[in-house]
Amino acid sequence: MRDFSDLYAEIIMDHQKHPRNFGTLPIFDKEVQMTNSSCGDQISLQVKFEDGKIKDIKFKGMGCAISMASASVMTELLKGTDVNEAKRISSEFIEMVTNGKAPVDDLKDAQVFSGVSKYPMRVKCATLAWHAVQKALSD
Amino acid sequence: MQYRLGSEVKKDFPILSTVLPNGKRLVYLDNAATTQKPIQVINALADFYKFTNANVARSAHYLGEKTTIAYNDARKEVAKFINADQDEIIFTSGTTESINTIAYGWGDENVSEGDEIVVMTSEHHSDFVPWQQLALRKKAHFKVVPLREDGTIDIDTVKRYVTSKTKVVACAGMTNSFGIINPVEEIGHIAHKSGAVFVVDGAQSVPSMPTDVKRMDADFLSFSGHKMLGPMGIGVLYVKKSIIESLKPFLTGGGMIDEVKNDSTTFACAPDRYEAGTPNVEGAVGLATAIRYLREIGMEGILEHERDLLGYAYERLSSVDRVILYGPKNFEKRGGILSFNIRGIHPHDVASILDANGVAIRSGHHCAQPILRYLNVEFMATARASFYIYNERSDIDVLVDAIEDAKRRFS
Ligand SMILES: Cc1ncc(COP(=O)(O)O)c(C=O)c1O
Repeated sequence: MRDFSDLYAEIIMDHQKHPRNFGTLPIFDKEVQMTNSSCGDQISLQVKFEDGKIKDIKFKGMGCAISMASASVMTELLKGTDVNEAKRISSEFIEMVTNGKAPVDDLKDAQVFSGVSKYPMRVKCATLAWHAVQKALSD
Repeated sequence: MQYRLGSEVKKDFPILSTVLPNGKRLVYLDNAATTQKPIQVINALADFYKFTNANVARSAHYLGEKTTIAYNDARKEVAKFINADQDEIIFTSGTTESINTIAYGWGDENVSEGDEIVVMTSEHHSDFVPWQQLALRKKAHFKVVPLREDGTIDIDTVKRYVTSKTKVVACAGMTNSFGIINPVEEIGHIAHKSGAVFVVDGAQSVPSMPTDVKRMDADFLSFSGHKMLGPMGIGVLYVKKSIIESLKPFLTGGGMIDEVKNDSTTFACAPDRYEAGTPNVEGAVGLATAIRYLREIGMEGILEHERDLLGYAYERLSSVDRVILYGPKNFEKRGGILSFNIRGIHPHDVASILDANGVAIRSGHHCAQPILRYLNVEFMATARASFYIYNERSDIDVLVDAIEDAKRRFS
């Protein structure tokens, strides 16, 4: 790592210290559990839909700062959005982190994860929650 | 001893003078994953391509002869290094292939339904999964020996697990998770008393201590070149002469045959029988060069050097708040591997912050999920610093400072 802030931007440190939407929902439509087998990060995601939108979303999990902050940012960004819109945004995120695609405005705070694409060992940490939400939205 | 371990041997390793893009000097403490290569090994590989390269044991021309001689010499060097005969040495791509060769080549022929296979909870996945899968193929019982709380093996427990039905007992010489040196001679004795074969995973122990296959009475011993200053892609499978012919070749093709007819084939003698296809000759030459290098600096001193660094790291880290150190406190049972965690910081984050300080360590489950799960290690992962001949106490000072930096940033 060239510098600490390369990977651990202030927003990321803030989310890992104070994760948003952390916990479980009393009622939900979809639950997805996913692990990153290469390093053991785990996430459990619950989603409640209403009128084609993500009405509520919460996560629980165990993992590194990157994976937990990424999950927190994801829930904040996608809560209240239209399902198709959420699918598109999560694809944008995964493209940005996995293939180094330039960040798009729609990603808002999640753009700070663009630096992760230079650290192949951490890509799976950053994308775990986004793969989980894609699964929740697809089937 | 001709060299002093630490600063003096460091000069032979060009990569260790790496400066990271942020200006930090590289401190390489990931030796249990792979070691760096001395200039002697690097030159041996270049020289092989400049002066020797041809196919082996096939081509009766000047370079062909030279290559065959180099390959045979490498085998002799490896044999001498572990006190074996040269026809007991099979070259493989590494420990993982060696163990799979045993599990398929010997296991499929000799293990049947109702038999038992005994392994330790602390095995690397490479010495765990092939045996588990063999047991599943054969409907045999896969028995995993539990450990003491500090991760060490209790001999009386091994005695209880090994029975007259046990066909295989597999155990690492040194574990890669916590660097624990296992009592292989005693375990081998228990295995043989019950009529089982004794399989030793030497991936971590062979690089760090003198190895004598006759003394440990191993039937099989596996190790990897890249963890002992040699190239990646070359490894060794030692098989005791009295059983080598009972191993069925699991790759067939060129180089391993005696006579091929349309409807049948007879195979060459060991070890050729187990090396189908064009082998990794430059890898073998590089490994032999690494062994000569290790012999020159003296295998007897390596463990002592690693323990000195381990003791120093313990001394410095045991007073650091939030740091958890794993493994037994008795260093007589350990090599130069230190697994640790910083309470509240995931080991991946620890590794990234150490990296920003120039310090290369490994983080994760170290391909040893069973022991981490068994001991209930936080995050099911640890940070792991591992030492080798070129490390010195000043490397550990940098490590300790970097750990303090990690604590500060994740306060
Ligand atoms: C104890 C042990 N066994 C087996 C292996 C596998 O070695 P390789 O990846 O070279 O096949 C390793 C290396 O990580 C190890 O430390």
